[in-house]
Amino acid sequence: MNIAVRCENLTKTYDTGEQKVIALNAVNLTIELGELMMLVGPSGCGKTTLISVIAGILDQDEGLCELFGENLLTMKSKDKLRFRAQKIGFVFQAFNLLPSLNAAENVSIPLIINGVKRDVAKRKAIEVLEQVGLGDRWKSFPSQLSGGQQQRVAIARALVHSPSLIVCDEPTSALDHASGHNVMNLLKEIAVHKDRALVIVSHDSRIFSFADRIAEMDDGHILTVS
Amino acid sequence: MNYIAIKMLMGDKGKYIGIVMGLTFASLIMTQQPAIFTGFIARSYSFITDLGLPDVWVMDTKVQFIDDVKPLQDTELYRVRGISGVEWAMPLYKGVLKARMSDGTFQTCNVIGLDDTTLIGAPPILLEGKLEDLRRNDGVIVDIDGATEKLAKPALVAGGKKIPLKIGDNLELNDRRAIVVGIAKVTRTFQSQPVIYTTYSRAKNYAPSERKQLSFVLVKAKPGQDLHELTQRIHAQTGLAAYTRQEFMDLTFWYLMKNTGIPINFGVSVLLGFIVGAAIAGQTFYNFTLDNLRQFGVLKAMGASNGVLLRMILLQALVAGSIGYGMGVGLTALFGFAMRHSILAFKFPWQLLLFSGTGVSLICMFAALISIIKVMRLEPAIVFKS
Repeated sequence: MNIAVRCENLTKTYDTGEQKVIALNAVNLTIELGELMMLVGPSGCGKTTLISVIAGILDQDEGLCELFGENLLTMKSKDKLRFRAQKIGFVFQAFNLLPSLNAAENVSIPLIINGVKRDVAKRKAIEVLEQVGLGDRWKSFPSQLSGGQQQRVAIARALVHSPSLIVCDEPTSALDHASGHNVMNLLKEIAVHKDRALVIVSHDSRIFSFADRIAEMDDGHILTVS
Repeated sequence: MNYIAIKMLMGDKGKYIGIVMGLTFASLIMTQQPAIFTGFIARSYSFITDLGLPDVWVMDTKVQFIDDVKPLQDTELYRVRGISGVEWAMPLYKGVLKARMSDGTFQTCNVIGLDDTTLIGAPPILLEGKLEDLRRNDGVIVDIDGATEKLAKPALVAGGKKIPLKIGDNLELNDRRAIVVGIAKVTRTFQSQPVIYTTYSRAKNYAPSERKQLSFVLVKAKPGQDLHELTQRIHAQTGLAAYTRQEFMDLTFWYLMKNTGIPINFGVSVLLGFIVGAAIAGQTFYNFTLDNLRQFGVLKAMGASNGVLLRMILLQALVAGSIGYGMGVGLTALFGFAMRHSILAFKFPWQLLLFSGTGVSLICMFAALISIIKVMRLEPAIVFKS
């Protein structure tokens, strides 16, 4: 099975009281394993809603979203959490590292959530930090790291439990051009894998070249996939 | 995840200290104020506890507490002595008289008159002199606090230290001479007045002339005698009230609880401490959770269940609560230790630890609950908002 994500007629509406905002309108998308798919488009076009649904942290109103053949909507809450903990890695725009934990402790969080013992998780975290070039900074706290370094820690955290899908929300928007380029190189080098798919939401045109395919969104629709 | 919870709690030093200080304050107030209250109340019946020998106290039925003396006729003593089950019965005078000191000033004192023969009812600890010296002409024993403070002689130089009363010094009690023959250690009384011990007959001479002067009859039960039965028998045969020591202490305690503003005053302090502590700790803890909401969202997005997050918050509340409680109780103990020689009433029984522990637990549960509700309702999709 090569298909990592399959979305069919996905619809999501936000009810803000006075008006309804259609965030996703009959979205169809397929992402294959080993692929780096980029979702691009203007602000408010539905990119973040789509990766939230794909990552299983937001339920769609209508349509189907399958991850590795599993329909998250029909999954029990407990199974969904376990599925998310084991199969999905996250990279956020604002890094979202826990400020009171050092780099290794931050990276080890997904392993601890999956029940790995703390010392084992820490060793594995240091290994992955070495892969992202921060092996010597594993004791550093987020406040002691630059933006680029923090995002590398976040990438290590997304990779440490060997997930099958990594979702990245604007991973370069908080970084300067050079740092953003380094982060994308890193993702391309160590995150892309034949058994893993990457979905990156971005409106930073400078990094579009890293994508295998680009899905362009607007007004809750996918306009083109190229 | 417990480790992460603790690191999150202690990571922001300012907030962490704020939470712990709030709980420390609440714990301190909820322990220290009741400790003073307990000490205060214990003083109200300290005279009863100091007299260890008698099993039963006999008095007028209208007596409401230890200092509410309604004198009896001396003949009542002989009636009590005639009741079966009574090993012995002794008279006790308890009154308030004015002592005139060498510089002409007056001081109100508690005067205790003990049975002339047996001296039963004597002070528990005699620091100087001999008890038998009470039988000497005009002999009195003065408590150490009275001797060094309120009955002390004026300093030789202006602004100097007062000279404590010592054996051989004179006092005037109701225009009659009294000679100090001993210094005793007694538990401070509710009114914190000096206590002067003398014999029953001499106390009656010191006191203004009245038809009835016997304050209490102290009774020792025969071995194996049921005290409850004995008190009932005394009441039935004499018409007087008879209480065991514990019953008399309870009577005094409940009189103060029902008829004075003391419990309300202290209750208000404790309640305010609880409310302020709950407000500070609850607000700080809630703010701490709000500040960490995104972090909880990240953990939730990564697959941490609501149960795991709930345990993390409870652990944070438990750790902050335990530290705050320990510090509050510790400070209270230090306060009590520092004040041990002062006039301040302070008693710290183990029950107070339970009381303040329950109070701090309630605050922590309240603080944790409002945070838990917020985190449980948290949508993990928050993590994708910049």
